[in-house]
Order: sequence, then structure tokens, then C-alpha cells
Amino acid sequence: MRNKVRIRLLIFILATLHAVALFAGFFAPYDAKDQDRNLPYAPPTRLHFNGASGFHFRPFVYAEVSDSNGYREDRAREFPLHLFVKGGSYSLLGLFHSDLHLIGVDDPARIMLVGSDAFGRDEFSRLLFGGQISLAAGLLATLLTLAAATVIGTVSGFYGGWIDESLMGVSELFLSLPWLYFLLGVRAFLPLHVSPVGTFLLLIGVIGLIGWARPARLVRGVVLSARTKNYVAAARGFGGSNLYLLRRHILPETFGVLLTQAALLVPLYVAAEATLSFFGLGVSEPVPSWGNMLATLQHYSVLVSYGWLLAPAAALVVTSVIYGMLADALHPRRS
Amino acid sequence: MKAIARLALVVCLCAAMSMASAPTPQPINQGEELARIEGATGRYGGRLVVGQRSEPKTLNPVTATDAVSREVFERLHADLIGINRATQKTEPALAKSWKMSPDGRTFTLKLRKGIRFSDGHPFDADDVVFSFTVYLDEAVSSPQRDLLLIDGKPLTISKLDQYTVRFSLPRPYAAAERLFDSFAILPRHILEKPYREGKFVQAWPVNAPPAEVVGLGPFRVKQYWPGQRILLERNPYYWKADRDNHRLPYLDELVFLFVGSEDAQVMRFEAGETDLINRLSSENYSLLSKEQSRTGSQLTDLGPSLEYNFLVFNQNDLAGKKLDGIARKQVWFQDQKFRQAVSAAVDRDSIVKLVYGTRGTALWGNVGPGNKMWVNQSIPHPQRSLETARQLLKSAGFTWNAPGQLLDRTGQPVEFSIATSSSNAQRMKMATLLQDDLTHLGMQVHVVPLDFRAMIDRVFQSFDYEAAIMGLGGGDADPNPEMNVWLSSGSTHLWRMNEAQPATAWEREIDQLMNEQMVTLDYRKRKKLYDLVQQIISEQMPFIFLATPNILAGAKAEIGNFQPALLDHYTLWNADQLYLRNTERAGVR
Repeated sequence: MRNKVRIRLLIFILATLHAVALFAGFFAPYDAKDQDRNLPYAPPTRLHFNGASGFHFRPFVYAEVSDSNGYREDRAREFPLHLFVKGGSYSLLGLFHSDLHLIGVDDPARIMLVGSDAFGRDEFSRLLFGGQISLAAGLLATLLTLAAATVIGTVSGFYGGWIDESLMGVSELFLSLPWLYFLLGVRAFLPLHVSPVGTFLLLIGVIGLIGWARPARLVRGVVLSARTKNYVAAARGFGGSNLYLLRRHILPETFGVLLTQAALLVPLYVAAEATLSFFGLGVSEPVPSWGNMLATLQHYSVLVSYGWLLAPAAALVVTSVIYGMLADALHPRRS
Repeated sequence: MKAIARLALVVCLCAAMSMASAPTPQPINQGEELARIEGATGRYGGRLVVGQRSEPKTLNPVTATDAVSREVFERLHADLIGINRATQKTEPALAKSWKMSPDGRTFTLKLRKGIRFSDGHPFDADDVVFSFTVYLDEAVSSPQRDLLLIDGKPLTISKLDQYTVRFSLPRPYAAAERLFDSFAILPRHILEKPYREGKFVQAWPVNAPPAEVVGLGPFRVKQYWPGQRILLERNPYYWKADRDNHRLPYLDELVFLFVGSEDAQVMRFEAGETDLINRLSSENYSLLSKEQSRTGSQLTDLGPSLEYNFLVFNQNDLAGKKLDGIARKQVWFQDQKFRQAVSAAVDRDSIVKLVYGTRGTALWGNVGPGNKMWVNQSIPHPQRSLETARQLLKSAGFTWNAPGQLLDRTGQPVEFSIATSSSNAQRMKMATLLQDDLTHLGMQVHVVPLDFRAMIDRVFQSFDYEAAIMGLGGGDADPNPEMNVWLSSGSTHLWRMNEAQPATAWEREIDQLMNEQMVTLDYRKRKKLYDLVQQIISEQMPFIFLATPNILAGAKAEIGNFQPALLDHYTLWNADQLYLRNTERAGVR
């Protein structure tokens, strides 16, 4: 019973996480592409409570100014943090438009909760918008993989014989290919410019199609064992068609495996997206994704100087851990 | 106990090996015409370690095409007339003096007497004649051969006596003496045999036996460890001496460590494993300057380099190329006003600030402020103005639709991609800034990072690109190396390659001016001609010039006579004069 509570809690946390990414336009104070060319590599903005006129319950920030020694806060003026402010316009799910943001400060101050990148873009806003791409890629690629895996695994396990052997042969081939190098090579043959949406779909297609082999083998195993169960034999004896058997008796058996696989695959694919974008194979600038945000850290000087740019890595870790815990809870180990 | 003894033995052996002394400089003979170097003196001894991005491919100076090989073999060889990297002026090297005939067509060089190659063999005019015969031989196909052709005709060389040679030029050639800087003089006694046997191209690979790689440079090869490092030692016969009559170089040994990327170079330098770092990015420069007090290094910002980064639009003739999508957009690219509008919208100050961390300079022409002798000061430096850009586009027939998209005459939205090399972080950043700048004009721009090779192939061969960010220049301050960029028939005439005829009137004019400056001997007249070229370029904008980085270099504080320069090789050009202030410490490394 306690496990159910745990599952619910984890699902709730994940739902919140995805909702925040989905409504990034509202939660992010700025647009992901907005450059503030006076604030490259600005450190995270500090929230203050103690100001010139004593303690405030409403936190405030100072404007950042840069000189030869880097950034410092301009203490001359305090900019209180406002909730539900009007800012740059954005669209939610491409359906309705709004310019309402959860938090914001008056110009010229900026609120950059996790600092800014090389172009003075707000890293926090990019983290949220990047999460949209990365999480969506993970979820959609998982759906694609599981759909492919279910079909292939079921056909393979249910019909057996040469179909089984050839399908599993192909799956072995897929498991053994060095995908990263293969994809780096494939990129050279793609057209010069693919639109961000095109790249995104391509990315999902590639990740989803590469990953089907392992879950397909799992599904095949379940189907293989279910096929020989007495109740299946009984149903067949009563004249159930293949389709009926699959639908009524065999596919439901695979449900548990698929659910666990989903919880395992989503973080894996979010990381896969990050890897591909890190190497410049994913969505390209200025559209953010966790992978292409991390790509700037390939440079040693950036890595050692601007620690806040590691934020997408932290987000990746948190997401993976929560999904991992969910997979664990869904598939309790029997002692 | 045994293990300790063995360890001690190994340590002793290692110490002995590292102490195995470099050859001591030969005493100076009577009648040996050495070059005397004025300026600071130094002291003998020690080893200098330099990190290199990759391994040299060859030690053959005639056939080498890559910069990394050049970095190494330029320390092994010498030229007839050198360009002093600090003053950017020519100075005597193996030729102690030279004279040009009044008609500018013959060039007589007097060679130094009594000097020797690194194996002790004497040097004379036969070596010079042999070297240029090899450079000019089509069968060897040296990449430098083109430099010796004037109007497609090779210059000829003849030996007047044992220490005098004469070059005859098909026609006058301005600044001809600068040409000799890049031509290493080869040892005839070593290389004539492979040359006669037709095996010259295979001569002197990186793993050639050290005794065979003989030159007139300050160092000679001692040992090579594939994939790790190459060790050079002092050439005891080197033909330069300091003002106290000590034969150079001061250093016992020079080591090139193959470390990989620029980041790896920086890390090795930070860790104290290397002594010198040749070209730094501004980020790494500021990183090292933060640690300067701890590491005790000397960092130098030499100001704007001679290289120029630019945006180029594909104006190539695409007939028969099946690139209709690009051909359609060329209507815009070939419109001068379109290019001017793009230039007006570029925020060059931001490029300098965000790409070079203010260690760079905005550019409006191909010659930057670093090149004081040739820059045309009258070229305007207009500030970024979106208003001007919009006016220009409007007058060229472009319009905007309700959401602010820019449309051409036929109502097509203006959308194009900028290709750039993914390995060059700075140009990638420029592309992202440009993309944002041009969005303000309603243009939809995509940045396409490409592998460097793929990019070069698209720009030079297949023409399958729309616009690209690239960089050129940086070799020499003189206009002549720029000929291949600006002549319509030039091999680097990027915006429209392989032109049989100049496609436009202004390209024809540039052809005339460039050809004229090449044969004009008077500097002031040449400058006027080149000023005009720069002016035409800045008006027509075949390239949209963006910015140039500063030359940044670093070295350990203990390195004396460290005098980095704006020209390549930025830090090791005076390797013969570098020395270690504290040779005891340096000796045991």
C-alpha cells in the first residue's frame, strides 16, 4: 500500500515538472531568445531582503553593472520583485497568446535566477524553454519506441519461426551499431538547413527508432511465455482468433513491462537528446534545449569560470533520478 | 630493497638522459660572416616546452601544407631575406645584402660566407640555386610555387659566383624581397640525391632519421616520439650571434608537445608543463590573467591582428548546379543595397564585446588598424543603424508584411542560412549574433554549423551554401599575398569563384588596381592604389567585414627576450634569442 502512495507522489512531482516546462512562457521571466548584450555571463541575480530602508518582506534585486573586474551590483536603486507582471508575449501550446509572467522586475534591472549565458540570455528562462524541447523529445521518442517495440515484440513472440528469428536478428544488429558515430556521419548527408521543427521531429524519429530493440526483446519474452499459458490454450481451444488472443489475453500481460520500460526510457531519451544536441546534431541555436545549452561548456574557460551554466545538467540529473525512482516503484523487486 | 635500488637506478638513468647535454656552440671562425643581433643578451642552457594542437605531418618545407608542420620546421630552416616580425620590415638573413636593378627586374643577393649547415657542411650559392629549382619544379608541386610566378611566368635564378646569386623577374614586382621570407634554403648535399631519383616528395617525413634533416635554422632534430613530442636541440653552427659575440641560440633544447586542442594547451600551460602559448582566445586569456599572480606568467595583448572575419554571400554562377533554391536567393545577394543593409544592421561593437571580450576590433574593410602601413584611414566606420538598413532595403524594392517579415519584389519572404565551421567557437558566436541582428530587419536567418572540411568543400567546390562566416589574412602585412582574394581569377575569390572574366565593372577595376600595385615599386604610389582597392571593397561589400581578434600570447615569466609579434609565428619567430633566466631549474626538468 505504501508503494502506491510513493507512485502517486512521484507522478505528482513529475507532472509538476512537466507542467512547468509546458507553461515555460508563464514561469520564465524572459523569452529564451532575448539577448541582453550588456550582460554576457552575468552571475545569478541575488535576491535581497535587507535594503537601505531596512528589512522587506518583498524581495528585491539590484541592477548588475560591469566594469573591468567583472560584475557588481548597483546599490543606488532597489527593484522589488513583482508577481504576475506584463512582459514579452508568448504563446501557450501555439493556441492562445499572453504576456503575463509569474515574476519580473522593472527595467533596467534584470532577474536572472541562474545567471546568463554568452549572449546575455537568461539561463533560467532558457532552462524552462529548453526543458520543453528535451522533455517532449524524451516522451515522444519513448512513445514511438514502445509502439514499435510492442508491434515487433508481439509479432515476433506470437508467430515465432522465421519471423521471430529475422526480427530478433535485426534487433541484434540495431543493438550493436555504434549510434553516435553513425549519426555524426549521417548529418553530413542531410540538407544544409533543416527547420527547428523538422530537426525536432527528426531527432524524435532517430532516438525512437534506435531504441526499439531492447524493449522489443522484453515484450517478445513476455508474449512468448504468455502464449503457452493454459488459459491462452483454452481460449484458443474455444475458437479464439489470433487477434482476439492477442487483444484479450496476451497484450495485457505486457502492460507492466511497458510501463516500467517507459519510466526507464524517458530519462534515457532526454539524455540522448542532450547528447545529440551537445554534439550539434539536435535543435540548433537560438532555440534552447538542455543539450545545446550544455554545449557551451565544451570550452574549458567557460566550464571553469561560469559554474551556473551547469544548470541544465542539474535538471537532467533531477529528472533522471525521479524517473528512476518511479521505475523502481512500478517494478518492485521481490526479495 | 631490490625494488628501491632498481628505482634509484631508473631515476639516475632518467636524470642522466635528461642531462645528456646539447651540443655546445661552435667557436666562431675567422671569415665567418655571422649576423649580429643587437638588443638584450641572454644566457645559455635550458629547455623550452611548447604545446602544439596536433602533430606535424612532415618536416619537408617544400611540400608541407599545414600550419602545424610549419611551426616546427621553421625552427629548423632559414631563408635568404627575413621579415622581422616585430618591425614588419625585411632584414638580411642568409643573404647579407641585396640590390634591385633600376628597372626592377633583376635582384642580386650576396650570401654570407663561411657559414655551415647543422651537420657542419658549408653553405654556398649552389644550395640556393638547388632550393629554388626544387620550389619551381612542377613535379614537386610545392604549394609555394605560385608565389614565384609573376604573370604566370616563373622567375629564373642564376649563380654569379660562389656567394652571389641573381633572380630575374619577368616584370617588376613590388616588395619582391618580402617574398623570400617563406622559402627555406635546402641542403643540396643531402637532398639532391632523392630529388634526382624523383623521391623528393617522400623526403623528410616526421620520422626521418634526425641526422638526415639538415638545415640552417637555429635548431636541429634530436628525437621524435610519434604521437607525443618532437625534441629539437641547438644547431651548433647557427649563423647568428648576439652583441657579445656569443653564437645563438641560447636554448639547449626546444620541445613540441602534441597536446590536442587549444583548451589542452591552456591546461598544460596552467599546470606548468609548457612554457609558452602561441595564440590564446580572449576567454582563455582572461582565465590565465586571473591566475597570473599564482603562475607567474607574462601575458601579452598585442592589439588587432591582420586577420579579418567576414560574412560572404554566395554569388557564384550556379548554372547547371541544380541549386535552384539558392539561385533564386542570389537576386538578393547580388544586390549591393541588400549587402549594405545587412552590413548596416550588424552590431559590430557587440561582436567585439561578446565574442572577443573586448579584446578585438570592429572591421569595415579588409585591412584593419593592425596593419599600420597599408590601412586606408578614410574608410568610414558607420555605427549600426537599423534605420539606414531599412531605407536601403526599401529603396531596393523590399517590403514588410503585417507580422514584420521582410519580403522581396516577388513577395517571397527573405530567409537564408549562414554556414560556419562548428569547430570555431568564435565564428559560431558571430553567427548567432548576426542571426539576432538580422531578425530586426525581418529576415529569417538560420545558423548552420558545419564540419570545417564540409564547409570548405561547399564554399570552394560545390557552392551549396547561401552565406558563410569565414576568416582570411594574417600572413603578411603586404598587399601581394591578398592578390588571390581580390583578383577575379584568384583562387580565394570566395564570393564568385573561377571567374573567366570579371563579372562586374568594379571587379574589373580591382583587377587593374591590384595588378598595377604589384608592379609599382614606389610605396606611396602603391599605397594610393591599394587605398582605392580598399575603398571599392568597402562600398561594394563582396564581404561584410565583422571584426578581428587581438593577438594574445603568454609565456612563463622566466623566459627572456619574449617578444611576441602580430605576424605568424607569433611567439617563436625569435626562438634563437629566447633564453631561460633561471637555467638551473630549467635544466633538470
